[in-house]
Amino acid sequence: MSIAEEVNCLRRIPLFANIDTSKLKLLAFTSERLSFRSGDILFEQDEMGTCAYILLRGEAEVVIAGPGGPLAVATLGSNEIVGEIAILCDVPRTATVRASTDLEALCVPKDHFLQMIADFPQMGLEIMRSLAHRLEQTTVRLREVLAAQAT
Amino acid sequence: MESSIFRFILRHSVRQQIVLTLMTLASFPFLYASLDLPKRIVNEAIAGKKLPESFLGFHLDQVTYLFVLCGLFLTLVLVNGAFKYVINTYKGRLGERMLRRLRYELYVRVLRFPLPRFRKMSSGEIIPMITAEVEPLGGFIGDAIAIPVFQGGTLLVYIAFIFVQDPVLGAAAVSLYPFQGWLIPRLQRKVNQLGKQRVRAMRQIADRIGETVSGIQEVHTHNTASWHLADLSHRLGDVYRIRFEIYQRKFFVKFLNNFINQLTPFFFYAIGGYLVIHGQLSFGALVAVLAAYKDLAAPWKELLDWYQQKEDNRIKYEQVVEQFHVPDLLAERLLQEEEDVPFTGSLSFRNVGFGEDGGSPILEGVTCDIPLDGHTALIGLGSGRDELAQLAARVLLPSSGQIRLGEHDYAELPESVTGRRAAYVGATPYLFSASLYDNLVYGLRHRPLRENGESEEEAERRKSRMTESVLSGNATDDVHADWIDYAAAGCDGPEDLKARILRVVTMVSLQDDVYGMGLNRTVDPEHRPDVAARVMEARDAMRAMMLNNPELGRLVERFDPDRYAVNATLAENLLFGTPVGPIFQTDALASNPYMLHVLDKVGLSDTILETGHKVAETMVELFAGLPPGHEFFERFSFIGFAELPEYQAILARTAKEGLEALRPEERTRLMTLPFKLIGARHRLGLMTPDLEKKLLQARHLFASDLPADLKHAVAFFDPEAYNAAASIQDNILFGKMVYGQAQVQSKVGRIVAELVDQLHLRDTIVEVGLDHPVGVAGSRLSAAQRQKAALARALLKRPDLLVLSEATSGLDTSSQSKVHSAILGERKGCGLVWVLQRAGLARAFERVIVMKDGRIAEHGRFDELNRPGTLLHELIAAE
Repeated sequence: MSIAEEVNCLRRIPLFANIDTSKLKLLAFTSERLSFRSGDILFEQDEMGTCAYILLRGEAEVVIAGPGGPLAVATLGSNEIVGEIAILCDVPRTATVRASTDLEALCVPKDHFLQMIADFPQMGLEIMRSLAHRLEQTTVRLREVLAAQAT
Repeated sequence: MESSIFRFILRHSVRQQIVLTLMTLASFPFLYASLDLPKRIVNEAIAGKKLPESFLGFHLDQVTYLFVLCGLFLTLVLVNGAFKYVINTYKGRLGERMLRRLRYELYVRVLRFPLPRFRKMSSGEIIPMITAEVEPLGGFIGDAIAIPVFQGGTLLVYIAFIFVQDPVLGAAAVSLYPFQGWLIPRLQRKVNQLGKQRVRAMRQIADRIGETVSGIQEVHTHNTASWHLADLSHRLGDVYRIRFEIYQRKFFVKFLNNFINQLTPFFFYAIGGYLVIHGQLSFGALVAVLAAYKDLAAPWKELLDWYQQKEDNRIKYEQVVEQFHVPDLLAERLLQEEEDVPFTGSLSFRNVGFGEDGGSPILEGVTCDIPLDGHTALIGLGSGRDELAQLAARVLLPSSGQIRLGEHDYAELPESVTGRRAAYVGATPYLFSASLYDNLVYGLRHRPLRENGESEEEAERRKSRMTESVLSGNATDDVHADWIDYAAAGCDGPEDLKARILRVVTMVSLQDDVYGMGLNRTVDPEHRPDVAARVMEARDAMRAMMLNNPELGRLVERFDPDRYAVNATLAENLLFGTPVGPIFQTDALASNPYMLHVLDKVGLSDTILETGHKVAETMVELFAGLPPGHEFFERFSFIGFAELPEYQAILARTAKEGLEALRPEERTRLMTLPFKLIGARHRLGLMTPDLEKKLLQARHLFASDLPADLKHAVAFFDPEAYNAAASIQDNILFGKMVYGQAQVQSKVGRIVAELVDQLHLRDTIVEVGLDHPVGVAGSRLSAAQRQKAALARALLKRPDLLVLSEATSGLDTSSQSKVHSAILGERKGCGLVWVLQRAGLARAFERVIVMKDGRIAEHGRFDELNRPGTLLHELIAAE
């Protein structure tokens, strides 16, 4: 996949909807594209993060370590972004993300990501939206799990 | 050391000075004759007056006589020249030897300085003293005696001549000398003082420059460059003022002296003339005296110059030497004497104190026994722990009290005992700028032990070097001999030592670091055919592994002569090798005539140019909006910020006039770009299958047509041959890591490590890694690696007493505990003193000394001390 295709891909992500093509091209060019095999770990919970991942193709699941072993809390598909929490707040990764199919992702380095948010406030709003959405999903999932445990 | 330069000269070169003076005196008659002869040639031979009847029994006519005299003149010129040549060479050699001796003695003094002295004296001051400041002394030493004797003698002869002619006029001629002799030293004194000031000011400047270099990071961190510039400017201004004043005074002395010299002839003309007119003095006598007086001027001026030079050099010498006169210099025998006193029993501290003059004591009233066959932990609060450790290792000497080792006074033992039987490692150890191996065996180099195998010629050269060293009072030990004391490391030879080093390196958890260094080093296969052969085995094994497991192809792309490597740059694909030297470096390819010829031949030149144009377009589009100095230029762009406008101009021109309109240097600029393209990484969609095919043709053509004189400029990727220009890892992989694979580095690293272990290649690679140069002060190693290397250096020499002072503070927690237990195991039953960062670690030690503010608060066995109410208990509880 060439940069041009990656840019098309990025364009479909709501986060980048209002950003110049040339900036997206720069983002794509300066980001490493990584391929993962199904089952490969993108990153582990509790390690420090250096980049966020934009999924270009394939699916990944988000797993957190619970008292009763690992717990899958969400599934992510293409055009989604993951791993931004650790680089936004400088905290260790809050969950493990594992490829559940073969996966292509763009790895955006922390400094570049922050720079883009500073340059394009629209991106910040989109991130807020996406985080809120994810929080809601997680809460729903947690409720389900707790309900399942209760019975 | 002699306190004055003349004492130094007389003590070490009196014989040479006499020889020099005699030679100078012997040259004098010839010099005189050569001055006299021209007069005779003109007066006698040419003018024909006073022609001798015969010469040495031969009858001569005027012409023959002329030729005889001229021949004599030529001979005298040669003799004088020969004298000058011999005397100057002799002087030069003497000066150099004395200078060598002086520098050596000063260096010896540096080695004998007590350690606290180095807190007051910086290397910035010491270095110029030994190097630049004493340099002019060499030139003066040859003149020190000969000039005053010669010129003084000449002067006396002339004065005597005048006195014989006429005592009164003689007295008149020298009448002003006493006055000059009184006045000039007086004027000179002020110049001397200024000279001293100048030396001090220059030293401070050297010190400041040294500080700037050491603290350069702080300068940039705190934006203080202007402050430093102002400071230096101010100091240079001081030096300027001093030097200007020196010039003024120096030339004033000369002026005054010239004036006084001319004053005397004034009296001669005035008074002598008056006397002649009144018939009280003969005319002839006045002329003779005047002529003689004129001759006086030259030696007198020489003497004055010599005097000023002498004063200058005297001060230089004194200023340097006084800095090296330190009261508590270590006794010479401590460094020189060879003794062997085994460390047994215990080291007894009796009322030991340590402090620097003027400061409050750091250690007071320390009385304890440190067993030399057991482990002692040193913990506590406040100052003094590290100093106590250094006293135990005899790095420091106590300022009061005594330390005894059996019946010996510890402070009186020579370093041949303490430096071999004890070892100290502090928190910030020093590594020397050499290979890691050299640093590890550093502690084994005490004396030259075996001569290295040398040819007869080398032996001859060494002998003459040694003779010269003796003449200058220098050390005569051969630096090229084998100094490594294998027995001290418990080994019987180099091979055994290597094995021991590997064990020690593992003990301090440095083996992985050294392995990494080894993987990234190149090896000369002619020098180490064994290593190259083993690496080739590993390459074959790697290939077999990749054939068996296609999954590996996702991680590593092997070089294949008939396939384009998408993970390598276009340049690497073309060369299909590693450039050796500058000729085929990536940036130079677009202007390399041979490369252009190859591209032309396969019809690629235009394609490369077009590709370069596209790359330039993309780069300008992507990076033009970024501010200057943005890190992306460095990390990602093919074009630096400074070059952007030029490329923008080129692009603007081509948009209007097409690629054909480009000037040759613009073509080169564009063609440079595609060589850096890595298909898999840059994903610009420029690498088409057709282009790759043509590039493969170019690759083959490049190799087959390569002229003989360029063969050395590239090391080809040959599946069957070791590549001397590539690292060991690259030789094993024989390919490139694939871009875009998650954690490819660590995965490949693991695979290579497995392979290396299977083939038992690890020790070889670690051995190559030991050749890694550590950089100035070990700067190419991390702080933790430096600490580990210093620990290994100390362990390697197997000291009877190992003293560690927070020597693992830079290590992460897990390697710290690994290293601690390895060292405790290695030192079982041997002396070990360890200053610990955490009191809890003392549990593993037999004895504990707990310090508080420079005094021993408690000491004894750990279990006895570890009960409520003790400081130890408190310290452990506080963690």
